[in-house]
Amino acid sequence: MSAGGGIPTTPKASMVSPTSSPLDGIDAALAERLLSAALGSGGNYADLYFEHRAGADYVLEDGRVRTVGRGVTLGLGVRVLRGDATGYAYTEELAEDRMLAAARTAGQIASSGDAPGPIAVRPVPLADRYPVSEPSFARAGVDKIALLRRADVAARAADPRIVRVEASLAEELREMLVVTSDGHLARDSQPMIRFGVSAVAEEGGERQVGRSGGAGRFGMEIFARPGQSPEEHGREAARLAIGMLHAVEAPAGPMEVVLGAGESGILLHEAVGHGLEADFNRKKTSNYAGQMGQSVASPLCTVVDDGTIKNERGSINVDDEGNVGQRNVLIENGVLVGYMQDRLSAKHFGIAPSGNGRRQSFRHEPLPRMTNTFLAPGTDDPEDIIKSVTRGLYAKRFSGGQVNISNGDFVFALTESYLIEDGKLTAPLKGTNLIGNGPDVLRKVTMLGGDFELSQGTWTCGKDGQSVPVGIGTPTMKIAEITVGGTKTVR
Amino acid sequence: MTGPILDARTPGPVAPTGRRLPDPKQCQRFAEQMLRLAVKAGADGAEVLVRDGNELQVKVRLGETELIKEAGSRALGLRVIKQQRAAVTYTSDFSPAGLERFARDSVDLAALAEPDPEGALPAREEMARTVADLDLWDEAVLSIDVAEGLRRARVGEAAALKLDKRVTNSDGAVFGRTVGASAFATSAGFSGAVRGTHVSFAVEPICDDADGKKRNGVYWTASRFASGLADPEVVGLEAARRTLAKLGSRKIPTGAAPIVFSPDAGRSLVGQLAGVMSGGALWRRSTYLAGREGTAVASPLCEILDDPLIPRGPGSRAFDGEGLPSRTNVLVSGGILRTFLCDVYAARKLGRRSTGSAARAVGGGPHVGFSNLILRPGRTPAAEVERLDRGLYVTDLMGFGFNGVSGDYSQGAAGFWIERGERAFPVGEITVSASFDDLWKRVDAVGDDLDARSSVQCPTFRVSEMMIAGT
Repeated sequence: MSAGGGIPTTPKASMVSPTSSPLDGIDAALAERLLSAALGSGGNYADLYFEHRAGADYVLEDGRVRTVGRGVTLGLGVRVLRGDATGYAYTEELAEDRMLAAARTAGQIASSGDAPGPIAVRPVPLADRYPVSEPSFARAGVDKIALLRRADVAARAADPRIVRVEASLAEELREMLVVTSDGHLARDSQPMIRFGVSAVAEEGGERQVGRSGGAGRFGMEIFARPGQSPEEHGREAARLAIGMLHAVEAPAGPMEVVLGAGESGILLHEAVGHGLEADFNRKKTSNYAGQMGQSVASPLCTVVDDGTIKNERGSINVDDEGNVGQRNVLIENGVLVGYMQDRLSAKHFGIAPSGNGRRQSFRHEPLPRMTNTFLAPGTDDPEDIIKSVTRGLYAKRFSGGQVNISNGDFVFALTESYLIEDGKLTAPLKGTNLIGNGPDVLRKVTMLGGDFELSQGTWTCGKDGQSVPVGIGTPTMKIAEITVGGTKTVR
Repeated sequence: MTGPILDARTPGPVAPTGRRLPDPKQCQRFAEQMLRLAVKAGADGAEVLVRDGNELQVKVRLGETELIKEAGSRALGLRVIKQQRAAVTYTSDFSPAGLERFARDSVDLAALAEPDPEGALPAREEMARTVADLDLWDEAVLSIDVAEGLRRARVGEAAALKLDKRVTNSDGAVFGRTVGASAFATSAGFSGAVRGTHVSFAVEPICDDADGKKRNGVYWTASRFASGLADPEVVGLEAARRTLAKLGSRKIPTGAAPIVFSPDAGRSLVGQLAGVMSGGALWRRSTYLAGREGTAVASPLCEILDDPLIPRGPGSRAFDGEGLPSRTNVLVSGGILRTFLCDVYAARKLGRRSTGSAARAVGGGPHVGFSNLILRPGRTPAAEVERLDRGLYVTDLMGFGFNGVSGDYSQGAAGFWIERGERAFPVGEITVSASFDDLWKRVDAVGDDLDARSSVQCPTFRVSEMMIAGT
């Protein structure tokens, strides 16, 4: 997983106003014809995923909006399951003959030739997890550019050593329609807005960069939220860049580590989140396979994946295979109680899907994915947690992490961290990594704060070449020992 | 415009599978049509990229088919400039009405941007005049169908599972094939179209370790040509050997040691280094190498170049993302930084000439990118490079541990501990770190075993000392 700053990497989107959607023309009768064609070769199950995604982005560099970008993608993905096998095809042309061709191509996974039974679809009622009061697409581009300028001014004003600022705003509206051969029809409209600032500081030949940003399923009202104004992001990016100018070499070797509230939730995402995605457990390729009901973490740890949190980046009214988003407890007081399920894996385990079947776009087959994954708060005072450490490291901000699902080894990259000496934060440390093993580190959680925070950052999770937006969160926590990947030998 | 005028009604050729085959001429026709529409809509200048591709991916796991994915995809990217203001837009709607509306909307959108004289299209005299045939298309790739892909995947995976009873599971074997065409047309005076094929095959076995951990490994083969792929069985066996070798991995004590990077691990370091040799990073003051041209940035053993003109090369391209001729650029020779790579915009920002290094995707404007990025092989046999009294041989790197602005580097690593010239035992769950400047200046051996499977290529190489964090 990694956090975005700077220039967005998704395709720029289009010209079609998001208020008039080509998905309006897709009716139940057409969907039923396509599903019948998809199952014409004898598949057990089929689904259709129509997607219309409009996006725009604005980047301000060196005080100037150099380019503005827009684009749209529109297409249909057809999936056919036969046993554990998946057939997948997609088309960008929504003429019926092209859609039927895609349906038949996906159907080639099966070859029994059994005729499909009758298909009757009905709408799935959905909650509204992302109410938006000021839709961003309805606002003029100049209003968005004004926000970039405010961030630019604030970052430059923060310190004369800031020599360069870049600010970006990206907005997206993804409309999707899922229709399944077992009768689900769900249509959702998923907004996303993200804002990011990066600032470069220079002093005496040394150069450092700081980044700050926020994202969520909001409209323009996001900028009125605490910490989310363009000025706050501008100042925060500047603060991080300036702070790093005086950073010292990070230590190398195992240490006691305190992870700050919020962004440290990346630990949960990497250390246990991926390992608890059901596909890896169905295939027994995860190091958590076969451990349901067993103790896999310190009894302090309750880990939750929750797609229902209002306006969060990873929240979903419905997943990309027609199941409603849910709150799922994965680890309760240290005991493994649930995996994150898509349809395919849920069928294997003989349980209900958990609303975690997600995909990057209509070009991708769904996989079990996280939504917003966090560690529930404990009871310790965060101050006491830091005071309890004689010599260790305090980690506050991160740029990303990665895990090897099979052996559980994970690493995450620190962008703001400090030495702890005699219970106090002292020197800021240069960028470094923490490396550990999921089950091992979660057993070493010795203190847990009552100060829970969800990160407001732009977190994007990658798996099998597919990216989806996610949320992370955690209270302040103490890990008895984890390896710090710095350059300086510790005695 | 140098491209031929094409008959709009010519149907494209059809692949053996019955699917429409990506056709460069058709892409070029769309690109030129879009260009005319953009100019008609009021653009002072415009450039268009059209991409059309078919993908096939099949996966077999434990002998059973897990995935068959097959589709074609087509998209158009446009950059328009009006009164020095630019918009970058994207569409997949190729209907005549859709293209016309898209052109108008894109030109209107440009009014939101601010005037940027340096953002003008390249000068006419800079443009490519010919499109070299780099031998990137293999007709034989087209005949590999779903059944043949599945057969190879079964054979490859079975070889891995059979090698040793400690291979207990599998993440599967994946065969992939892409067939693509693209065209680029610009009002600066260039229109060209190319096509290419690519095939790949990978096997990922899993072993159970004594401590309850699972060990996974991978081996893969890839080529522009069907004949360039390694035999599926050979790939499966090598994947199994690499995975078995990780059994019993353990941490090692924290401390400094010489480190050997395999081509698989070293590739990412070469890519990161070249990333900070980009003119885009230089004018943004976002590279620790700013002001270092003409000085040593690596050991004298290091020669790094970007070569887009290699026949059948994975990253080869006949012209760059702005229609400039492709050329070979030496980034580092004798350890000295010779140049930053530039697209037209970075070159203007820096008062230089473009090095023909623009990359361009459908969804974004031009930016500095690489083609075939190569750390040249040295004369030392690879076996000699790792013949250390004590040291670490790194096979895998993980995580986002490189800061190109400051040059700080730290990543998770796995591999083997070397003692008295031999790989003594497998190592995991450690980090390796150094300042990037030190890392490259401390390269004290470069192997003769260039790995040319991907567009970033390097041999085995050794760094005399880095910090390892472990126990």
